[in-house]
Amino acid sequence: MNALLDMIAAVGRGTLGMLSEVGRIALFGAEGLSHVFRPPFYARLFWRAFVEFAYFSLPVVALTAVFTGMVLALQSYSGFARFSAEGAVATVVVLSVVRELGPVLAGLMVAGRVGASMAAELGTMRVTDQIDALTTLSTNPMKYLVAPRLLAGVVALPLLVVVANILGVMGGFIVGVFKLDFNAGTYLARTFDYLKTEDVSLSLTKAAVFGFLVALMGCYHGYNSKGGAQGVGSATTSAVVMASILILAFDYVLTELFFSR
Amino acid sequence: MSGAAQTPKIRIRGLRKAFGAKVVLDGVDLDVMPNTSMVVIGGSGSGKSVLLKCILGIFTPEEGVIEIDGQDVLKMDRTGREAANARIGMLFQNAALFDSLPVWENVAFGLLAQRKASRAEAKKIAGDILTQVGLDPSVGDLAPSELSGGMQKRVGLARAIAARPDILFFDEPTTGLDPIMGAVIDGLIVEQVKRLGSTAIAITHDMASARRIGDHAAMIHKGRIVWTGQAGDLMNSGNAMVDQFTHGSREGPIQMELRR
Repeated sequence: MNALLDMIAAVGRGTLGMLSEVGRIALFGAEGLSHVFRPPFYARLFWRAFVEFAYFSLPVVALTAVFTGMVLALQSYSGFARFSAEGAVATVVVLSVVRELGPVLAGLMVAGRVGASMAAELGTMRVTDQIDALTTLSTNPMKYLVAPRLLAGVVALPLLVVVANILGVMGGFIVGVFKLDFNAGTYLARTFDYLKTEDVSLSLTKAAVFGFLVALMGCYHGYNSKGGAQGVGSATTSAVVMASILILAFDYVLTELFFSR
Repeated sequence: MSGAAQTPKIRIRGLRKAFGAKVVLDGVDLDVMPNTSMVVIGGSGSGKSVLLKCILGIFTPEEGVIEIDGQDVLKMDRTGREAANARIGMLFQNAALFDSLPVWENVAFGLLAQRKASRAEAKKIAGDILTQVGLDPSVGDLAPSELSGGMQKRVGLARAIAARPDILFFDEPTTGLDPIMGAVIDGLIVEQVKRLGSTAIAITHDMASARRIGDHAAMIHKGRIVWTGQAGDLMNSGNAMVDQFTHGSREGPIQMELRR
């Protein structure tokens, strides 16, 4: 009986701990976002975070998108050939890339690259008293460190996803035309005939939300890191893992929201 | 002495701060008079740094009063608190320079953040302040990681005094420095505090530094102030705890707690 009660208590403690962590993250995100709209604005810091997000992530996102589009074309051709529906390859590639794979893979890549780097930078600032030093210089760390990064995430990831979508479709096109012998004009026509505005809207909405989540997790875990180098390492790992899980969870939620329209 | 001079610049009463079950400050009372330097000594983990961070608003105490010029800073809103902090400069133990910014931007950070100067003006002011702490203005273009520990402390001091604060805090200013560089930094601190007419609190467990910097001294032990007096009396205070601490004796009322 006692063992059962201990188990229930442990589950309860874990649940309460998780809920309080969710609450802390939500409050942190809300405070960070509120500073986005209130002066003073740190344009240089926003630009620096934006460049880190968008420009320096471009190669890894581009390569991921191209290869994903290529694999998708090959796999869907193999599958559809079994019931003579090879003609749907172009449509499947564009819808899969734009609605799903572009934003999700770009989000995951950026979580690994930028989320980790944000957590490491802010974590190092925390354990070396640099964040406390900001406070002593009458500068709100949430406004100075968090707000520009959140805004950069929301603005930069949709731009990256536009590029990822184009390159993903291009990857499918290359395989379709040069390996699977589709007619280039027909492939392109089937690509664009079935692509709707709401597919692009869903893609960009997902990208903005994922960008926010990546920046939020990087900032939250870095800002609250403790205990020197080991703490910074843990913060970095937590930022990437949590951002990845949240991206996949919110991917479902957003798809469900748009799907039910 | 005038009546105004009798009012403490910083007045702390009943300050209590705990982290979970661990009580770090347990009813601290301390007065720091205007234009004087108070040195707070105490062992590692005795609550010295937490005391400074409570005054700065980095930590929020559970109980107590912290007054600066008679105004309770714990009752101020965020804007008031930021305005109060603008009057305080702080040199951190490890200098805490922003490693993403060049040295001159570190020094002029407060000026730039509060839009008190353009970037060109701020860079010139930073060069002047670097000169005051014995560094060449060309150091301003370097990254903090390119500086030695002593130079980083000087830059930290330059950043602390850049806004000409009327209160200065020094957290272990000589930690990690050789004795000669420690004496140089102490000399700079005394010189700048005098030049600005500031009130200073320095926390340290370097007795030579404490005697050089301080007019007055206090000892904190287990979160309480156990002695206050003249800094010159530190080595011969008549208080068993202070004497044990200042002479580095194993025998005495202070028992070191070893964590297992």
